[in-house]
Amino acid sequence: MELYLPILIIFVAALAAPFLEKLLKGAVGWVLALFPLGAFVHFTTLSLLIGDGETLYRSVSWIPSLGINFSFYLDGLSLLFLLLITGIGTLVLIYSGYYMKNYQLKDRFYMYLMFFMAAMMGLVLTGNLITLFLFWELTSISSFMLIGFFHEKDSSRFASQQALLITTMGGLALISGIVLINQISGTYEIPYILSNPEILTGSPMYLAVLVLILLGAFTKSAQFPFHFWLPGAMAGPSPVSAFLHSATMVKAGVYFLMRLSPALGGTPEWKLILTVVGVVTMFFGAYFALTQTDLKRILAYTTVSALGTLILLTGIGSEESIKAAIVFLVVHSLYKGSLFMVAGSIDKKTGTRDLNLLGGLGKKMPFTTAVSLIALFSMAGLPPFIGFIGKELIYEAKDAIPDAANFLLIMSILSNALLVSVSGIFAWKVFFGPAGNTPIEPKETPVNLWLGPAVLAFFSLILAIFPGFFTSNVAGPAVKAIIADDVKVKLSLWHGFNMILLYSLITVVAGVLIFVFRQRIVPTLCRINSVIVRFRFTEVFGKMISHFLTFTKKKTSIVQNGKQRLYLLAIFTSTSVLIGFMIFKSEFWKLDFQFSPISYYGVGISVLMIAAALISVFSRSRVTAIISMGVVGFGVALIFLFYSAPDVAITQILVDTLIVILFVMVIYHLPKFRKFSNRSARIRDGFVSVIFGGLMTCLALISNQANLFPAISGYFNEHSYISAYGRNVVNVILVDFRAMDTLGEITVLIIAALGVYSLITMKFKEKKGEIGK
Amino acid sequence: MSSQIIQISAKYLKPLLLALSLFVLYRGHNTPGGGFIGGLLAASGYILYMMAYGAKITLSKMWLKPFNLAALGLLIALVSGFFGPVVGEVFMAGQWFSFLEIKLGTPTLFDVGVYLTVTGVMLIIMIAIFENLETWN
Repeated sequence: MELYLPILIIFVAALAAPFLEKLLKGAVGWVLALFPLGAFVHFTTLSLLIGDGETLYRSVSWIPSLGINFSFYLDGLSLLFLLLITGIGTLVLIYSGYYMKNYQLKDRFYMYLMFFMAAMMGLVLTGNLITLFLFWELTSISSFMLIGFFHEKDSSRFASQQALLITTMGGLALISGIVLINQISGTYEIPYILSNPEILTGSPMYLAVLVLILLGAFTKSAQFPFHFWLPGAMAGPSPVSAFLHSATMVKAGVYFLMRLSPALGGTPEWKLILTVVGVVTMFFGAYFALTQTDLKRILAYTTVSALGTLILLTGIGSEESIKAAIVFLVVHSLYKGSLFMVAGSIDKKTGTRDLNLLGGLGKKMPFTTAVSLIALFSMAGLPPFIGFIGKELIYEAKDAIPDAANFLLIMSILSNALLVSVSGIFAWKVFFGPAGNTPIEPKETPVNLWLGPAVLAFFSLILAIFPGFFTSNVAGPAVKAIIADDVKVKLSLWHGFNMILLYSLITVVAGVLIFVFRQRIVPTLCRINSVIVRFRFTEVFGKMISHFLTFTKKKTSIVQNGKQRLYLLAIFTSTSVLIGFMIFKSEFWKLDFQFSPISYYGVGISVLMIAAALISVFSRSRVTAIISMGVVGFGVALIFLFYSAPDVAITQILVDTLIVILFVMVIYHLPKFRKFSNRSARIRDGFVSVIFGGLMTCLALISNQANLFPAISGYFNEHSYISAYGRNVVNVILVDFRAMDTLGEITVLIIAALGVYSLITMKFKEKKGEIGK
Repeated sequence: MSSQIIQISAKYLKPLLLALSLFVLYRGHNTPGGGFIGGLLAASGYILYMMAYGAKITLSKMWLKPFNLAALGLLIALVSGFFGPVVGEVFMAGQWFSFLEIKLGTPTLFDVGVYLTVTGVMLIIMIAIFENLETWN
């Protein structure tokens, strides 16, 4: 099977999703889940191949002349992500089937979600940087649609706009970085870049490339100081948070850095930036998670912390740290996906997500409680869950940077201790403790809602106890893809008595201490935050945007003043200056012109056209002016005809006819003909137009003489019938040789028509409004 | 505007112009014509009708409204480009099939897309003007 087929199928399924939703109603989640499930099974079978150390590569050319291809490259790293995306995607779709039941426009929700899934799969499977960027932006757009799904809420719209602006600003940096990579290495193909790592790291532009790529990755993966869009993104529905904003999309930045790590990584700059940003994000994420009260915001901040950890581990870049990163990536996706779904279920069944209102759900929702406890234990890094293994590996990884090992160790123990206490508070307040004061009486959830979290929690357990298949077929090859070296990944819960175990013990003890004294610590921290943390990212960002808007409004009112005659004047003068300069440089008067013999009808038509043009300039009646313009147009058509270009002539005649009709229709409604401009302005305009016309004539004469390139008309004439089966060369050029241009043109046509339509309709509505008053 | 001469001639000229436009579209590959010219012709048929009967009646007699027409055209043009990648060539590479001794190719399909788009776009603009002029008076 073609490598890209699963992506294509899910894209098509995304288009069909709204119709399926109408057809299937309640069962839609189950049916749509079959698509990613199929892909999951497919990729699992492929993992046997990948486990043997193979990689798959397939390329479909798209714009080969620019080196842009739909290439797909499957190795351990892409496989790992594909399994996460399709696996969690399956569960999220089943979950959504119930969760979204009562919302309007849910048909679109499924479309966006499937669309995102396909884009995300494309992102991790593609082997070409430009197509990667394309999929990257598609995930940003679908994320925008999904965060803003409750579009009637102001806060939702603001959050989705903020997320879009930040991730696409990063996207701009990313594309610049990608173009630079191409300038340096001469290719967009990732496998080639990976196999020649010294090209990039040895280049004088290395730092520029690195900074641009990192900006893209950091914004996408919510690194400090761009982290604030992620907690904001919690405005979206819970399935979206579980899927995009914990398990998959936010990890795209991490993925990209891991992917490019053989080519970009390993340098002192890489290590420095990634570890610093990673540590800061890791610590602040965990710290702010402690002081939140909204379940989803708690989870969002712990996600920020986890993403920081991943960036940190990728930055260290040693064998141990990459191992830790891969394992922790899976660990985090499993527990966080599970917890977000649980948070959504709790919201659904109790009507609130506020930690202070919830309590004692353990008795009312025993199953949900059991599932979330597993996930929370994994988040806290306690045995026997895979979170424990992940954390141990992280502690082990520190030794790779001896200078900062102690600092990194302290920061990660602190962050993990905070996570332990956050998990503890989450578990205690929501599931135990006194019964809460919830808007709705809690009930156990139906199968759709608990299946997803339960499966993910189950995997957290199973992978820790039986890691064999996972390590040899998925994690191992993934690590190999990043550090380009054969490594065995072995996971086990028990490492014996050593320093790492001691660190784990310290972490848990510290976490438990924070948990026990939470009633003292948390309010104190909240007070400290309100004093120290004056800098509110979201507010500052909002202000920046509004300042920018005022600025552009002012700028626009100067540059685009709404007076067409001034626009035309500006266009004509600047074009005249530029063309005039070039004509002067080419020493046009020295050229030897050879004209073909002039025919009497040529002269006749020209005289007629000149006369008509003069009449239209000096006429005092609009109708006369327009009809004379029409005469000019028909004259041009006749000339086309004489020089055997019937297609162009027909088009010219039709267009001219339609324009004259249009004018005549509108003219009836225009105010009386009057002179609005004074004499000097008219002389100025006349001067500019005579100059412009003269220069255009010179230009036409020169271009007739200058043969810069061999004319391609010969090629078209020859190949028109042979390779395109058409005798009408003009038409063949339009629909075959240059079809891409035509496609662009008709797109522009539609956009222009929409613009005209809305402008006219708006203008008339305005006028009517005035009359109403 | 509602002269009887125009009304009656429009009634008969519209189908004629439409038929002519289809003919021009079809012959375009080998002789002068094609989607662009055909589209303009088709649009002028409708515009003549609009001048005689007004925008509302003309619109009510179209089973595909101009906006949908233009969008459909763009979609067809776009889809015709994807035949290439399906058989492993580049986007927009022309594919030809023989059907009852008539050669059919994706460029023809593309031309149909152009035809529909041009018709739709011309009508969108014209209707914007006609509709608003009608309500204005």
